[in-house]
Amino acid sequence: MYEFEYHRPKKLADAVKLIKSKKEGKLMSGGMTLIPTMKQRLASPTDVIDLSGLGNFGVSVSKTKVTIKAGTTHAEVASNSDLKKAVPALAALAGMIGDPHVRHRGTLGGSVANADPAADYPAALLALNAKVVTDSRTIEADKFFKGLFETALRANEIIKQVSFDIPAKSAYSKMPNPASRYAMVGVFVADFGNKGVRVGVTGAKGSAYREKAMEKALSADFSAGAIAGLKIKADDMNADIHASAEYRAHLVGVMAKRAVGAAK
Amino acid sequence: MPAISMTVNGEKVCGEVEGRTLLVEFIRNNLGKTGTHVGCDTSQCGACVVHVDGKAIKSCTALAVACDGASVDTIEGLAQNGKLHPMQEAFREHHGLQCGFCTPGMIMAGIDIVKRKGKKLKEETIREELEGNICRCTGYHNIVKAIQAGAAKM
Repeated sequence: MYEFEYHRPKKLADAVKLIKSKKEGKLMSGGMTLIPTMKQRLASPTDVIDLSGLGNFGVSVSKTKVTIKAGTTHAEVASNSDLKKAVPALAALAGMIGDPHVRHRGTLGGSVANADPAADYPAALLALNAKVVTDSRTIEADKFFKGLFETALRANEIIKQVSFDIPAKSAYSKMPNPASRYAMVGVFVADFGNKGVRVGVTGAKGSAYREKAMEKALSADFSAGAIAGLKIKADDMNADIHASAEYRAHLVGVMAKRAVGAAK
Repeated sequence: MPAISMTVNGEKVCGEVEGRTLLVEFIRNNLGKTGTHVGCDTSQCGACVVHVDGKAIKSCTALAVACDGASVDTIEGLAQNGKLHPMQEAFREHHGLQCGFCTPGMIMAGIDIVKRKGKKLKEETIREELEGNICRCTGYHNIVKAIQAGAAKM
């Protein structure tokens, strides 16, 4: 790892000021991606601004809405008792990220900002129609994930929290890579009753996306049978040593059917 | 260089580190506590697991400076007055190690599982919870047995 200057501001405003003032600064939350990337010298920031000193963590659940602060660890999301009742699918998703030690450190904000094509949260944010609140504005999930490790965040923008309405039922189904536990394909299905069904997919393409033909079919009939005949195109799917594009396209269908069957 | 201080196994320690110094480097090189191992160095194997403020983390993937002020527990802090911790004793008794390289991380992970899931652990739970700890000798059977037995005695 190349040397850098370390900062741990206590206030969001100070973090914003710091990142704006540094030539090649990087924001760090849990560091579960950034530190390994820096160790491999794939990133060499002049300054690291550690957001863990902001104390910006916690899950709050009201009758209709969930808000999760950006610095909340995966372990905290997975074990939050209110969230387990309100949106058990999201708590379960957080419990499937990485391994217990990584979940103690990695955060929702960090994962969302990093936008790894195989990360779990992006599928959930899309399906839950979440709003990403930053230090300066609110971005809808639909407009947030732009591409491979690319988001709508500006260079110096910091995520404060994520919020979304509680769906009638939801589920996340994932085929994990056996070594990394990243999603080969993961599908998050959220049923908002008369507001329709949303389907977020991760791992399959360069960026998480919504499978809109499935949403239409499931909005009319929320059953695995409703999407059984749906053909998923492999055209722009990822292909690598773990899975071909065709296999991933097939998995999207299988994971979606499993999620619909498991939704509660 | 930033000066940091933390409590390691109940003792106050301090030192100067670079921003890039990893927690495991501080523990091994600055404090000379070499029980915490570096296996893969890519956040996968779990040989470097220590507890920071009571939670198991991979010390090869944490900056020492970010743990300034924290309370850290390593494998060296487990035995008390020459008597092995029940989890250590269970690894000895159930032959939960062969080369021993992964053992410090396995034991720290095992204790963390007990903290979160209680003393009565199902085999299935232990196997799932050991996701982040790799052993290349044992095939895990005896590690699982050891954690189950150690948990019951904690």
